[in-house]
Amino acid sequence: METDFFALIISAIFINNILLAKFLGNCPFLGVSKNMDTAVGMSAAVVFVLTLAGIITWVVDHYILATFKIEYIQTLAFILVIATLVQFVELFLRKSIPALYKSLGIFLPLITTNCAVLGTAIINIQEDFSLLETVVFSAASATGFGLALVLFAGIRERFEIARIPKPLEGTGIGLVTAGLLALSFFAFKGMI
Amino acid sequence: MTTLTREFTKGLWDEIPLFRIVLGLCPALAVTTTMENGLGMGVAATFVLVCSNGLISLLRNVIPSEVRVACYIVIIAAFVVAVEMLMKAYFFSLSESLGIFIPLIVVNCIILGRAEAFARKNGVLASLADGLGMGLGFTLALTVLATLRELLGAGTLGLVFGERVLLAQPFGFFQQAPGAFVALGILLGLMNVLSKSGK
Repeated sequence: METDFFALIISAIFINNILLAKFLGNCPFLGVSKNMDTAVGMSAAVVFVLTLAGIITWVVDHYILATFKIEYIQTLAFILVIATLVQFVELFLRKSIPALYKSLGIFLPLITTNCAVLGTAIINIQEDFSLLETVVFSAASATGFGLALVLFAGIRERFEIARIPKPLEGTGIGLVTAGLLALSFFAFKGMI
Repeated sequence: MTTLTREFTKGLWDEIPLFRIVLGLCPALAVTTTMENGLGMGVAATFVLVCSNGLISLLRNVIPSEVRVACYIVIIAAFVVAVEMLMKAYFFSLSESLGIFIPLIVVNCIILGRAEAFARKNGVLASLADGLGMGLGFTLALTVLATLRELLGAGTLGLVFGERVLLAQPFGFFQQAPGAFVALGILLGLMNVLSKSGK
């Protein structure tokens, strides 16, 4: 099967944006988007972990679960792999790259329960991607996540000085804004 | 007994998930295109929440606190796998339309949140009541959002009225992704207005 990688990347980043069109990873989306620095840190951590997790879960699924015909415990196996991976990345970064650990550190534990990671891992398997497609798709999805998060944080910083209707303060206006952002991403539909 | 009732009812209004505690957003936004999906998701999550809360509370003195989150995730994942299989066996079309959001109940922050905040410090009965209350609250919130989106977006309410069209010219916007965000945002605002006038 011939795959158009360019189409795969564009579609994962813009058209089927993981946050705004597929609704994966919305808890951190609203949680850490209050200022730019944390948003950038979270995005970097997600790109890193999501890509790694995509590769490892693909390998686990194809070589362990499929071999023993125990695909029904996929969910359990994947979440364990992701949790372990996150723990491992945390330990590794703390020992070897303390500077990076300082900036990403606090976001790492949160990623275990980020459904973008588990969601992408499951989509990779459902779509029957090859390993290369998995790598590309995971990285592109994560980039889409980062893009949406950083854009959203930029808008949200402006809330500080904006006059917002009282009942909508906080999360309410955040959601409405996210809706508008999703609407603008809608414009990419039909590109491919 | 009064405390048990209290643990149960707080999830329905005072601390209703999704509206008061903004957790569990991903399934809430993604599957609430029809009332049936919203209700189905809520029931599935409630089942997992009650079972995992009960079991975690039973094991609260056995699980070492350093690795507790990993233990909770394994327990929750086991129940989610059970739900996945049950739904495939008995509610096939619903399980198809909920898609990957059934396995994603594992990472629903409400469930892990209740384990961490409640079940690990409280007795089994209280934890079951807490899980049931929170679960029903979540179901309620999902159903309200889904009803709104189906009625406004598609003009039907398939679960109650079948094929009947209630709104001749629906706003397709509410069925789409952006509409989900906006609808939930407005509901949150309404909720704030309501609870203020109640006090």
